[in-house]
Amino acid sequence: MKKLLLSRLLQAIPTLWVIATLTFFMTRFAPGGPFDSEKAIAEEIKVKLESHFGLDRPLLEQYLIYLQNLLHGDLGPSFKYPEWDVSELIATAFPVSLTLGILSLLIALCIGIPIGMVAALRRNSWMDYLPMSLSMAGICLPTFVLGPLLIFALSTNLGVLPPVGWYGPEDWILPSLTLGLFYAAYIARLTRAGMLETLQLDYIRTARAKGANSWRILTKHAAKGGLLPVVTFLGPAFAGLITGSFVIESIFFIPGLGKFFVTAAFNRDYTMVLGTVLFYATLIIFLNLLVDVLQAWLDPKARQT
Amino acid sequence: MGQLNIQNLSVNFHSREGIFQAVNDIDLEIKEGEIVGLVGESGSGKSVTCNSILQLLPCPPAEISQGAIHWTNKDLLKQKEQNMERIRGQEISMIFQDPMSSLNPYLTVLEQVAEPLIIHNLATPEEAMQQASDMLVEVGVDRIRTSPNSYPHEFSGGMRQRAMIAMALITKPALLLADEPTTALDVTVQAKILSILKEACKKLKVSVLFVSHDLGLVAELADRVVVMYRGKVIEQSDTNTLFRNPEHPYVKALIACRPTLENSSNRLPTVDDFISPGDSKPKAIKSPPSSAPLIGKKTLVETKGLTVEFTSKDGKVRAVDDVSLAILEGSTHGLVGESGSGKTTLGRSILQLIKKTSGQILLHGLPIQEQSSLQKLHFRKSMQIIFQDPYASLNPRLTIEQTLSEPMTVHGIGKSKQDRKDRVIALLEEVGLNSEHLSRYPHQFSGGQRQRICVARALTTEPKFIVCDECVSAMDVSVQAQVLNLLKSLQESRGLTYLFISHDLGVVKFMSDEISVMQKGKVVETGTAEAIYRDPQMEYTRKLIDAVPRANRKAEFYS
Amino acid sequence: MMSAGTSNSLGKDAWLRLRANRMAVMSLFVLVGIFIVSLFGPALCSFSYEEQNLDKVFQSPDRVHLFGTDNLGRDLFARTAYGGRISLAVGLLATLVSLVIGVSYGMISGYAGGRIDSLMMRGVDVLYSLPFIIFVILLMVLFGRNFLLLFVAIGAVEWLTLARITRAQTLNLKNTEFIEAARALGFSNLRIIFRHILPNLLGPIIVYATLTVPAVMLLEAVLSFLGLGVQAPMSSWGSLIKEGAEKMDAAPWLLLFPGLFFCVTLFALNFLGDGLRDALDPKSSKNG
Repeated sequence: MKKLLLSRLLQAIPTLWVIATLTFFMTRFAPGGPFDSEKAIAEEIKVKLESHFGLDRPLLEQYLIYLQNLLHGDLGPSFKYPEWDVSELIATAFPVSLTLGILSLLIALCIGIPIGMVAALRRNSWMDYLPMSLSMAGICLPTFVLGPLLIFALSTNLGVLPPVGWYGPEDWILPSLTLGLFYAAYIARLTRAGMLETLQLDYIRTARAKGANSWRILTKHAAKGGLLPVVTFLGPAFAGLITGSFVIESIFFIPGLGKFFVTAAFNRDYTMVLGTVLFYATLIIFLNLLVDVLQAWLDPKARQT
Repeated sequence: MGQLNIQNLSVNFHSREGIFQAVNDIDLEIKEGEIVGLVGESGSGKSVTCNSILQLLPCPPAEISQGAIHWTNKDLLKQKEQNMERIRGQEISMIFQDPMSSLNPYLTVLEQVAEPLIIHNLATPEEAMQQASDMLVEVGVDRIRTSPNSYPHEFSGGMRQRAMIAMALITKPALLLADEPTTALDVTVQAKILSILKEACKKLKVSVLFVSHDLGLVAELADRVVVMYRGKVIEQSDTNTLFRNPEHPYVKALIACRPTLENSSNRLPTVDDFISPGDSKPKAIKSPPSSAPLIGKKTLVETKGLTVEFTSKDGKVRAVDDVSLAILEGSTHGLVGESGSGKTTLGRSILQLIKKTSGQILLHGLPIQEQSSLQKLHFRKSMQIIFQDPYASLNPRLTIEQTLSEPMTVHGIGKSKQDRKDRVIALLEEVGLNSEHLSRYPHQFSGGQRQRICVARALTTEPKFIVCDECVSAMDVSVQAQVLNLLKSLQESRGLTYLFISHDLGVVKFMSDEISVMQKGKVVETGTAEAIYRDPQMEYTRKLIDAVPRANRKAEFYS
Repeated sequence: MMSAGTSNSLGKDAWLRLRANRMAVMSLFVLVGIFIVSLFGPALCSFSYEEQNLDKVFQSPDRVHLFGTDNLGRDLFARTAYGGRISLAVGLLATLVSLVIGVSYGMISGYAGGRIDSLMMRGVDVLYSLPFIIFVILLMVLFGRNFLLLFVAIGAVEWLTLARITRAQTLNLKNTEFIEAARALGFSNLRIIFRHILPNLLGPIIVYATLTVPAVMLLEAVLSFLGLGVQAPMSSWGSLIKEGAEKMDAAPWLLLFPGLFFCVTLFALNFLGDGLRDALDPKSSKNG
């Protein structure tokens, strides 16, 4: 197990380095990018940037300064609002997105997995068709359609939940529900497929031949194998939740990292965009490490790699 | 009244194509302490019968349309699921064919062996684990003491099957159902498992229903034999009577068409010889053994110090270790060994499908090197291969005509499309098929027919040398006999040279003039087929011969 | 068991199975319908999609304007139909890009095997775990909003799944006996890849290509929603939905109609993909 952790960590470092280098060169040489000398930038910003990035130094030195700054967690000043440091902005916004993400994931898992399991056990009955059709609809109803609809229905018309903002716990419900339900649909389908496939396998027949009842077969024998696709899905799911946060935070006006990122992109706040990209990349890599560890814990065969 | 009594059982399978009757009104009885062998080829309904006892058939698509299975004053077919759960694993246990897929890869072996005790509340969890450990040692899995937390994938096939036996017998059931438990195992392992099974069951006074396609194997173990064919029981009697005096022509055929170690004829009888209208006497089986054809023949294919090495995460593995063979033109060289012996790798590396690490392969005395593409093509024309799995050996998207004419196109055989088509038809007729099969697809043929098509395909380039890589191992005995006869007659008519690879000593002996025995990559012994059997020099060869069930060694039961 | 008489190729068998699947057939009809509307709708409609009519702002649906009008008096039906063209075009073209890149990459990686394969797949693994949309956004920010760049970028995101599937299938096929037989018969690698491997890959590829289209459309819609997709006056369903969401209190139809079209298209594509997957399921075609 420890070997796995170590090897993955070692793999992560070159990946991060590649991303950092790519983004560095992309920004330096992008036409219309921040360092294009033809761009008209306010003087204070120009000064701050030059001092931070060392624009008067040779390219190689700039690159080394850049890397050094990164290792210290210094992502530079925001392009649009130079009084603020990018890392400060990220530090304020990220906890909000984190809360949203964790809640959505919990909703997705707590709704999706049980529904998928029931659907697999009661295959071809109404307990299968109904949830699966709903979940199919769920996948096809993107968050940016579902969100406004939910606001319209529950907030504007019924006045049950607050529509926008992020002031208290009641504000958390609609956004995490919107994002969570979408992934609940995916997870329900994956769970059902995984369970169905596992339940066909020979070792389930052996368990039955030993006299195990349905509950025991489900929990002790089929669960680990059947849920493996869900664990594998967690990797892309994390990525999806991040993407989802952009949309959700825009719709519900939540001051999270996603909204900051989108606003920064729209405003051409280059340093903010770059800083966030690097932050997200690091986050994803560590989340995927978590998924790998989880997979190894579930599957004894995977532990040996 | 026996302990288990099946009466008038019929089982149907519903599919898109219609209703298929797998079991048709059968009666079967197992008395206390008895070992009953249930024998049949594929499609006979033996597995379906076995699975229906514990109601393990998936219903739908299966449907038990009639019948009763009596067990200790109950009709098992009328029991509710709860009652069945009580009976399964406690009164009646079952073991299955493939121990790798039948054990849960996510749980330790010990947990799984202990589980029946826990399910049926026969012991506390700690007691159960201890009893499981003891039981495993009893069946020969000693390493459970040193590595108690082992998972199934860490065990070999034989070990896993022993674990399954321990798991089935730990609750001391009254009846054990064994569905082809040794089919997936090597011959020597198979022999051991059989003896463990026999010993344990006699000791615990467990009756056994042993399902198998191998009549000879069943004869080793069973007190009584029941033979099924196409869903019906066609004969049942005690073992000796069945073999000495079979009544039903199909049973006579089954017994006769196995290539036994003593049989030295040139042709195997097939089912058609026995079940032809009106003619109840089989055609001549014993033809005089062909006189030593080996003198004066030239060597066609030769290997010198051939080695094939693979690198895996455990290090370097020598699948083929310094093998030197000489195969004479027009003869068949048999290659026999168990899994891991390297026989398949050897066959494929001679054909350059696997890269050799060192050594030489010679054709007509000239070494085959990394050649120019022209030479390679010529080489490919002369040496061909037939594989084991007829289902995977044909491209499912091509018609038979396309599959057979493509090699001709590539090698420039045949002057026109029509010419090629004629040649293809001729080939099909040579292997016992005909022109109406040209436009069909592989999935429309049976296993035996597909293998014939593979034989035809191997012949399209007019080769001199063909490697037969376990090409009858996946077949029923009756179909096997037909294909083996075909291969032999083709050898005579075309002067072919074969390298015949198999794990089945009887089949190898029937086909081969010379045999090499392989173990762990090395050739252990080489000699003429008769010499290897009558006077084995090496320990391992003797072990292999001893592991063959007695009934498959001698043809004494039928003359 | 030999089936009597007619020889059905596997393709024909699959087609028959698909036809029996009612949901899949319905989805096919729905898709064809939406295609027709998108293609011919704007031409048949009396209003153009960009024609502004400031007298008729925020009109609810009536006889003249089937779907109502938006904040600039533009006919929503025309806009929705036109939006369909953009969304579907992006969907199909980007899928095509993914297909070409993904299938070639997967086939080469799978057939080559060994170290080339591990290297290529390591790259895919790394890329798979990164939310590509972030990089697409980055590219949009740096290089401006170019229609061509948009669907190349989107296509470049989705090829990973296709590559993985193609490679897995190729690996499977490479080790089957009929491919080994082809090699033993002296067929060239090119012949093997195109005549033997590729036709057997078609099944899963078609299925996943059908499922990629909705994924791509979703991606484009998200980008448009965030204001980073196609530029005005071109508008895809995504941008229409964005406008509709903003004006929802005043005019809910602005969200409902484009939203409906979008979701139904995704729905139909997913069902069709599922139906294709069931129809091409190799397990059912193995008789024996």
